[in-house]
Amino acid sequence: MSDGTYAYYPGCSSAGTSKEYDLSTRALCAALGLTLRDVPDWNCCGSSPAHTVDHTLSAALAARNLAQAESLGLDNFITPCPSCLKNVHNAIEHMREGAFKDKVDKLTLRPLTREHSAKSVLQVILEDVRPEGIAARTRKPLSNLRLVPYYGCLMTRPGRSMRFDDEENPTSLDVLLEAAGAVVPHFPFKLECCGGAFGIPRGDVVARLGGRVLSLAKSLGADAVVVACPLCQMNLDARQGQINSASGLNINMPVLYYTQLLGLALGLDESKLGLKQLVVDPSNVLRKAARPAVKEAAA
Amino acid sequence: MEPVQLGRSDAEFIRAVEEESGQKLKDCYQCGNCTAGCPMAFTYDYTPSRLMRLLQLGQKESILSSRAIWMCASCEACTTHCPNNIEVARVLDVCRHLARRKGYKGVRNVRIFADAFLRSVRMHGKSHELGLMAEYKLRSLRLFDDLDLAPDMLLKGKLPFMPHRAAGKEEVAGIFRRYAAQKGEEGRKA
Repeated sequence: MSDGTYAYYPGCSSAGTSKEYDLSTRALCAALGLTLRDVPDWNCCGSSPAHTVDHTLSAALAARNLAQAESLGLDNFITPCPSCLKNVHNAIEHMREGAFKDKVDKLTLRPLTREHSAKSVLQVILEDVRPEGIAARTRKPLSNLRLVPYYGCLMTRPGRSMRFDDEENPTSLDVLLEAAGAVVPHFPFKLECCGGAFGIPRGDVVARLGGRVLSLAKSLGADAVVVACPLCQMNLDARQGQINSASGLNINMPVLYYTQLLGLALGLDESKLGLKQLVVDPSNVLRKAARPAVKEAAA
Repeated sequence: MEPVQLGRSDAEFIRAVEEESGQKLKDCYQCGNCTAGCPMAFTYDYTPSRLMRLLQLGQKESILSSRAIWMCASCEACTTHCPNNIEVARVLDVCRHLARRKGYKGVRNVRIFADAFLRSVRMHGKSHELGLMAEYKLRSLRLFDDLDLAPDMLLKGKLPFMPHRAAGKEEVAGIFRRYAAQKGEEGRKA
């Protein structure tokens, strides 16, 4: 059980490409009464490159962060980033095997003394605040917005490690956005890969896979795609121009973090939500959100 | 699909993959779900289910020299869809580890990117996006890729020039040092 205080791990992109995710996560959690204590002097979790090189190295990088959380007396690690979370889950899971834990301990020289749990911020909001809590706190309902939730690969997969939501048909973002008043159509590509870490070495892959996700969102009449992963956001937002030119598309689709949209619904100050950090201009979304709600015409 | 010329089955290779991945390769009955759901298969030489079959047959050379093991995006679709609960993505991860250890070059730019990323973490304790992009460009000679992203990212403060360093970066560097020593020792024993 938690008293609402969590060991918070922002992840490397929080200082750069996903600044707005970190900002809006902190603002939203504060408004929801969740207390975040930063893991002191955290290091990179190793992201995709570490686990593709060696599982012990990857687990050791994650385990040092858990050891740092222990120094606060906390064992309830949370992070906004699904890729960081996957590495931490993997470390915790595999370190239950003695031989693997020994190898990791020999790398970190900081054996863990507690049984740790790890969750995404999304999971904590869903479980501790619940959709009803979001609905009760919503001051500016997102009723004019049609939002497609894009979970990306790792928020729920693989199910036996991530242990959150339905691994094949997650609905956590759907229900939270609906609680904030938004219209949320079913998005069949909610789990389709955007190309992940191949953005830099193989931009053509992101152009193809990201293009499919954005095209379907557009054809569903979405005002914005809503994400919970910094890499998905970067690929779909900052690389949208590349996607358009490589795939002959003409998409202009804002890609917002769910924390920014829930923050708007709660009436938080826009300056605390990092909306100016988005590459595809979200002003249309903001204007539409601010208009008095109109009932959707019957289909 | 090109036929594969099968070589001798390498039992030691099968054992190593099974041990390091914790997966039983013979559990695969070739249903093809992993291949059907793989978003990256269009970049592969062998599809995931074909890789699984080649693994069962101990085809070390075909596997370790394949492009597929480097192009896997670790999206976990294969693992999720496997009716026999084989963690296919983990198996591919382990194949990539073995390929690195045995000195296979792999897909050049993918490898350069991963190496640049980890060097950044070793140096700063955290990854520094601008620094690792610069290193990637120099080593891959892809100097002009992604320059179109720079104006937006720099103006929005999303690519800080200076790395954010972990004060414990020495401790993180120690993890990498001990890891290199551990691997060196295992390599000498092998």
